[in-house]
Amino acid sequence: MELLLFNIFNGLIIGIFYALMALGLSLILGLNGIINFSHGGFLALGGYIAYSLSPVIGFWGALIVSPFIVGLLGLVVERILIRPLYSRDPLFSLLLTFGLAMIMEDLIRTFWGANGLPFNVPAALSHPLSQTYFFVTGYRVFLVVLALLAIGSLFALLRYTRIGVRIRAGNADLETVSALGINIYRLRAINFGVGILFAGLAGVLAAGRLGLTPTMGASLIMPSFVAIIVGGVGSLLGSLLGGIIIGVAAGIVTTYYPAASDVVIYVIMAVVLVVRPRGLLGQEGLLE
Amino acid sequence: MNATTIQDKTSTLGGSRAGMSSVDLPRLAAALVIWALLLSAPFWLPLVGGYTVLGTRVLIFALVTLGLNLLLGFTGGLSFGHAAYFGLGAYGTGLMLKFVTASTPLAILVGVLVGGLAATLLGPITVRRKGIYFAMITIAIGQMFYFIAVRWNSLTGGEDGLTGFARTNVHFGGWTLDLHNPTNFYYFTLFFFAIGCFVVWMVLRSPLGHTFVAIRENPKRLRFLGLPIGVYIWIAFAISGFVAALAGSLYALLNNFTSPEDMNWILSGDFVIICVLGGMRTFWGPLVGSVIYVVVQDYLSSITVNWMSFIGAIFVLSVLFFPWGLLGFFQGRFKK
Repeated sequence: MELLLFNIFNGLIIGIFYALMALGLSLILGLNGIINFSHGGFLALGGYIAYSLSPVIGFWGALIVSPFIVGLLGLVVERILIRPLYSRDPLFSLLLTFGLAMIMEDLIRTFWGANGLPFNVPAALSHPLSQTYFFVTGYRVFLVVLALLAIGSLFALLRYTRIGVRIRAGNADLETVSALGINIYRLRAINFGVGILFAGLAGVLAAGRLGLTPTMGASLIMPSFVAIIVGGVGSLLGSLLGGIIIGVAAGIVTTYYPAASDVVIYVIMAVVLVVRPRGLLGQEGLLE
Repeated sequence: MNATTIQDKTSTLGGSRAGMSSVDLPRLAAALVIWALLLSAPFWLPLVGGYTVLGTRVLIFALVTLGLNLLLGFTGGLSFGHAAYFGLGAYGTGLMLKFVTASTPLAILVGVLVGGLAATLLGPITVRRKGIYFAMITIAIGQMFYFIAVRWNSLTGGEDGLTGFARTNVHFGGWTLDLHNPTNFYYFTLFFFAIGCFVVWMVLRSPLGHTFVAIRENPKRLRFLGLPIGVYIWIAFAISGFVAALAGSLYALLNNFTSPEDMNWILSGDFVIICVLGGMRTFWGPLVGSVIYVVVQDYLSSITVNWMSFIGAIFVLSVLFFPWGLLGFFQGRFKK
């Protein structure tokens, strides 16, 4: 029973990473119309930058600064590489971000080394909070709370700010938004930056939990795709839900049959695709 | 249906139609040159600093991308998961040779069936979605096989890959083909490559092939004409799956080894970029792309550890500057 709880809790945390990543991917997929393969690269970069910054400005500083550095980098990438591709076949942006992901992984390997690096979290966060449930460490609780806060503020941003309303309107009908006099290039750039910001944040949090390796992003991106498909393309809430569902499902399966823990999320996806092709909360006919 | 426009399009892409009064001479000449080069490759490859196995690898990559291009370039289905069927072909063949039979042809047959049938069975799930959604689903389904290969240690050897099998000689009656000789294996691969070319070429010049191109050009119109688009994309998906499995099977025989990396999505991406590099809308594009890709990768990985960055840069640059590939670029030049 304790093992099951442990694995569910672990799964929940992994699911939070999937969700953070899937939310960013989903944002970019919706407004920019791009499957951003380089999302994993930005995530890893977020972790590594935080690793290099934390001796200078400490863990808390790095936690805040690193995602913004990565987000700015995302803005640059969007401006130089992605913007020329908006009017072209989606295949090309797919291939471009795919190549970008390879370059980023290789550069990380060159600068920081191919071996894993430990990322130390403050001692105040690494204590277990409970005697019985040894696995509930401060860092894990902190991670869940921070991720939920970030997700909450993203939804608030989309719901209550002018830019958020425009992003949602753009998702529904970009042409009309453009016709109403809104600079959709700037809107899409901001949207891309916000998505990458989330990747960076997930990267810093993942670094403290899973450690740093050049391939950390690549290994998280595929489950995030699954999360989006399960949750439904076009629904941010769906992506959040999808991420948590597959994370927890993988956690539960780990308890009983560890070898299948990687495969189970794909089985869930296949079932969803057969039973409800648009995903749990998805809209029909989007992006087709 | 406005048949002439569609046929005009394919005749510039696939090959001239049988029974037409004028034979497309430049195209015929190009095909003859290509086949002459392929047939004589073991003789001239060492002279230009290559080696026979490199040629075999080019052929295998050309075969899988030829099949993929039928779906990607001609039908417009953005599959990013074809490494899965390639890898299933490789594992099917490897496992047959290791555990069941010593016959290479039988192992190839099983590999092709395993990979091809997997694509055929999974096709209906994927073709329900279009565009980038289709791409995401094909990636994710492909990745499922990757994780099965990694995790099913007792059967597949897990992350270390499947070893302990080797291609065996082929016997025809009293005559034996020694496949351990790299040159013989090159011609063995070329034989299958020729079959693959023939199949894809026949499909492209048939009404089925014209329908594929029509689906790429205007799916909405075909739907109004009452054609079940999903079924046609499914057929293209299945054919390309069988071709990919055949190539994977040959790849396992070439290396006498197969690993989960042979079905990873990274490899799927490589297949797509090969199509794009050569020219997605052309018949020989995949072969040209494979030559570039295999040679460049072979060369780069021998001179720098950062070869991944260079391959990535090829992706980025070809998308930005050569979206229609080398052949597409030249075709555009000549037409103008």
